[in-house]
Amino acid sequence: MSAAKNININLKIWRQKNVKSKGSMESYKLDNVSTASSFLEMLDQLNEQLINERKEPVAFDHDCREGICGMCSLYINGRAHGPDTGITTCQLHMRMFNDGDTIYIEPWRSKAFPVIKDLVVDRTAFDRIQQAGGFVSVNTSGNTIDANAIPVPKHDADRSFEAAACIGCGACVATCKNGSAMLFVGAKVSQYALLPQGKVEATQRVMNMVRQMDEEGFGNCTNTGACEIECPKGISLENIARMNREYLKASLK
Amino acid sequence: MAKSALLKSSIAKKYWMALTGLFLCLFLAGHLAGNLQLIFGDALQFNQYALFMTSNPAVKLLSYVTYFSILFHAIDGIMLTIQNKKARPVAYAMNNPSNNSTLASRNMAVLGTLILVFIVTHMVNFWAVMHFDKNMPLMKQTVEAQGMKQEVYLGREVGQFYPADQIQLATEPANPMMPKPMVIKNGTDIYNAQANVKIGELFKDLHKITFAFFQNPKTGLLATILYVLAMGVLAFHLLHGFQSAFQSLGVNNKFTPAIKTFGKLFAIIVPLLFAIIPVYIHFVK
Amino acid sequence: MKLDSKIPEGALAQKWTNHKNHLKLVAPNNRPKIDIIVVGTGLAGASAAAALGEMGYNVKAFCFQDSPRRAHSIAAQGGVNAAKNYQNDGDSVYRLFYDTIKGGDYRAREANVHRLAEVSGNIIDQCVAQGVPFAREYGGMLDNRSFGGTQVQRTFYAAGQTGQQLLLGAYSALSRQIGLGRVQMYNRHEMLDIVKVDGKARGIIARDLISGEIQRHSAHAVVIATGGYGNVYFLSTNAMGSNVTAGWKIHKQGALFANPCYVQIHPTCIPVHGTNQSKLTLMSESLRNSGRIWVPKKKEDAEAIRAGKLKPTQIAEEDRDYYLERRYPAFGNLVPRDVASRAAKERCDAGYGIEANDTNEGVYLDFSTEIQNKGKQAAYAKGNHNPSAEEITALGKQWLEEKYGNLFTMYQKITDENPYETPMKIYPAVHYTMGGVWVDYNLQSTIPGCFVAGEANFSDHGANRLGASALMQGLADGYFVLPYTISNYLADEIRTGKISTDSPEFLEAEARVKDSINKFLNNNGTKSVDYFHKKLGLIMWNKVGMGRNEAQLKEAITEIAQLKEDFYKDVYVPGSADEFNTELEKVLRVADFIELGQLMAMDALQRKESCGGHFREEYQDAEGETLRDDENFKFVGAWEYKGDDISKEELHKEELKYEEIKIAARNYK
Repeated sequence: MSAAKNININLKIWRQKNVKSKGSMESYKLDNVSTASSFLEMLDQLNEQLINERKEPVAFDHDCREGICGMCSLYINGRAHGPDTGITTCQLHMRMFNDGDTIYIEPWRSKAFPVIKDLVVDRTAFDRIQQAGGFVSVNTSGNTIDANAIPVPKHDADRSFEAAACIGCGACVATCKNGSAMLFVGAKVSQYALLPQGKVEATQRVMNMVRQMDEEGFGNCTNTGACEIECPKGISLENIARMNREYLKASLK
Repeated sequence: MAKSALLKSSIAKKYWMALTGLFLCLFLAGHLAGNLQLIFGDALQFNQYALFMTSNPAVKLLSYVTYFSILFHAIDGIMLTIQNKKARPVAYAMNNPSNNSTLASRNMAVLGTLILVFIVTHMVNFWAVMHFDKNMPLMKQTVEAQGMKQEVYLGREVGQFYPADQIQLATEPANPMMPKPMVIKNGTDIYNAQANVKIGELFKDLHKITFAFFQNPKTGLLATILYVLAMGVLAFHLLHGFQSAFQSLGVNNKFTPAIKTFGKLFAIIVPLLFAIIPVYIHFVK
Repeated sequence: MKLDSKIPEGALAQKWTNHKNHLKLVAPNNRPKIDIIVVGTGLAGASAAAALGEMGYNVKAFCFQDSPRRAHSIAAQGGVNAAKNYQNDGDSVYRLFYDTIKGGDYRAREANVHRLAEVSGNIIDQCVAQGVPFAREYGGMLDNRSFGGTQVQRTFYAAGQTGQQLLLGAYSALSRQIGLGRVQMYNRHEMLDIVKVDGKARGIIARDLISGEIQRHSAHAVVIATGGYGNVYFLSTNAMGSNVTAGWKIHKQGALFANPCYVQIHPTCIPVHGTNQSKLTLMSESLRNSGRIWVPKKKEDAEAIRAGKLKPTQIAEEDRDYYLERRYPAFGNLVPRDVASRAAKERCDAGYGIEANDTNEGVYLDFSTEIQNKGKQAAYAKGNHNPSAEEITALGKQWLEEKYGNLFTMYQKITDENPYETPMKIYPAVHYTMGGVWVDYNLQSTIPGCFVAGEANFSDHGANRLGASALMQGLADGYFVLPYTISNYLADEIRTGKISTDSPEFLEAEARVKDSINKFLNNNGTKSVDYFHKKLGLIMWNKVGMGRNEAQLKEAITEIAQLKEDFYKDVYVPGSADEFNTELEKVLRVADFIELGQLMAMDALQRKESCGGHFREEYQDAEGETLRDDENFKFVGAWEYKGDDISKEELHKEELKYEEIKIAARNYK
């Protein structure tokens, strides 16, 4: 373990007042950042400095700060969730940077994710895709069949879990050169397609979710694989292929 | 719903890109097999191949599918590219995509456009000449009979040949004193001039055209270089496109590594072999 | 005020069934005439909103995050308990009930806990039906593991992401209702007050966090499912946005707040690294299945480690003090959370801590024994009966990776240390709050029509919550309790009709909210919100933390009162009210935390006993174990708001009756 030290950094951050206004990149200098800090703690430090200077702090989304809620975003130095892989921005640590570095921080860029303010974007498009079909239509009751009544092969259950690990952060859209949401939708379609519970509605689900995805203005998948690399949860491209299969099956029905 | 979905939805567009793309890969393989006769076969074999490709009804049907595929692949690709550009109206100030994707995969539209330009010029240079040029040369051979060199046109049937000096060409003035016994009609048909009866068919000499094109003292070198470059572009396009088509069609399973390997080999070997041919013609022959 | 818990009559095991059988119903054709507001979309909120939407009520759901899927239930790692007895190790509804009561140190309501245990099995059935991908065995059946404080395997899990999978299940059910138009979802909206009309909860005032608009929403009933208040400590494992505002606002409007001093300090978190730290990260309790907790036996070794002169791997086996195994041989490293946390604090206070930070607070969680054990098993399973040491180690690490890979990676990312090679450093951190809004058996607060579910209420965990029980409670409340009890309440509301938001009560509540916003924005102080929040956190951690005593609690009460004064005088909030303003969001939350902090200290002061997460240093036995005082403190302490001065709050007692369980000293030895 390398001992924590303090570094001085330059920041270039997208500032935008609200969804209607035009934004621009602004420069900031921040000194004495501990390399043991997380990236968002660095931004906290910047905001504390800005508030003390009576300037408006930088708005950014964050919540759990342990890489699971999917709220944090940020395109850092040209990469979704920053230079490390397999993590969200809140898990990125300043030890990845050096003294004197200039760090670019931008919001997710997508037509379907309009900027609300500074680095905060609106990801409700994902919610609407989910609402279009990302569920099993089972009502709440105390008498669904026993959980062990339907055995699920471990292999399928594990694949389904891997797909379900998606945290809906939108890094796939942000990093895709086409702003495509297919990794997100593919993961959701796959989670259910792999389980017997989800098979009943498979046809409508994939048709409805893909239709909603298209309506939201996401781009198309050209299989560059960037999403898979930048996904903090390592969601596999297999899920997009599975969605393509499911969609084909559904289309031919 | 299903019907319109199969045309309009984003995923359906991917299917069509994949299907047309894969068909074009098949076409490439067939085309290459023929072209290789420029190196490994003689002129006759090559011209026989060219004739087959332009006259066989099954091949004709396939060729229409090919034209359609090229057009559809291009149009669909352009539409997708427009849709994709619209999906990100504001670009990143700093972007670092080389960490997560290959150059080829990110530039399929550019590569595809270059290939389209190549296809058009290529068709003007060869395909159009073959199909429409009234002055398309016919295949001749110099034979030596009784110590005399003589030019003869080769007929399509085995053993058929027609001495060149006995054929009245449209481009040369007829000698009413000594009318030649044969005449060429419809580009490749040979007729008995007096009886006006078709007695055979000749080969268009694509082989000659091709050699002339790449051996042209003024433009041959440039043509060769451009051809090789175009094949480089094709290689990059295939490098991503081949395996990508399978992914689009939903094939991502235990065979995927094999598909990827095959795709890479295909993407390198096919354009390489294509590219060797003009180089061979220009520099070796 | 007399507290009526409304516990049904009859034998414990029959109470819920009988109660359900006699609750009033609302007919399907009447349900669309009734509006219900659900605040919070965690397990309790999302499941309640979904279930109520399915029934046909008009539901409005609110969350401050950008999507209901982000609620902090998502971060729960380990699992969810259910008395399914799939592993045939003698589990039953009664045992789950008993373990929960005992784990809660006999400070929870028997009837509520028994109901929780009864519906626990339904939760698993429901979630599986929804497509929640639980871990399975090769036969296709669900897998289970053990958790602290139990001797059976009843915990269902999905790797280290059980909370995520359960929440996404509830979110999918909620999404379905939103898609069907039965639930109207308000993302990025924060409830800032409740509106009472004629004494009943009739709506809320919410702020649209994007536009800043203050909105009035009316309903026939309001469900508060806004989670716990651990962020009163500033540093906790809660999400940054987790707050007590909804719970505190209804408290101010007449809902009693129960047992605020019951805070769970989770034993296995990554220690604090520095002053800029914004939150603490939990390492799942499931790691205690495989890890052994120790500190050096010799003080000089601990000092050398802190100074960086010694590495933990250099400490010989006989020089390690596996203090949990030493003190609690029966449960060992799997003692309940409060016990494990206190034991860690005891060792660190005694000078054996190993973390090189200001407080030396840290102990080791060591996997080397497990690596050897599992490595050997794996080798044998492969038919290698004579494995080399290297083979064993490699196979053991592989086993660990399969079981805990994501947790180990997470640890390494944060600390830059490799837990496969060197023991993890851990220390307790604030994790969960057992206290909360007082509710009766129907989960209704003392405001009629205002129901409180999940961590936000106080009901099921007594003074300490067992691992994997929070998820169980959240979903039990939302799916299987509220739909019945709310309907019972609403049966009398079918003639009420649409509730106007233009009544004086709504306007007054709106004015109250706008006033407080304007006050903060025009305050023109000099210090940031975080400055005060961190100060509050330090007071709370040092004086109302893992170990409490009368003198320090009294100091805390005065200090917090002073802090409140300074806060209102000197806090600075930039920006305006009609825009996306994160500092404004924070200041409103911290204002409520400060008042709550004071109440927590008061509650801890009045409770002159040690129980569960509440440890009064004056009340311990010779071995340092908690000493309960069942004669004087076997009650729920519920506080009534009496105006701006928190010290004036009045304590009401709900006596706890144990009919089924013989109350005893909690023993994990």
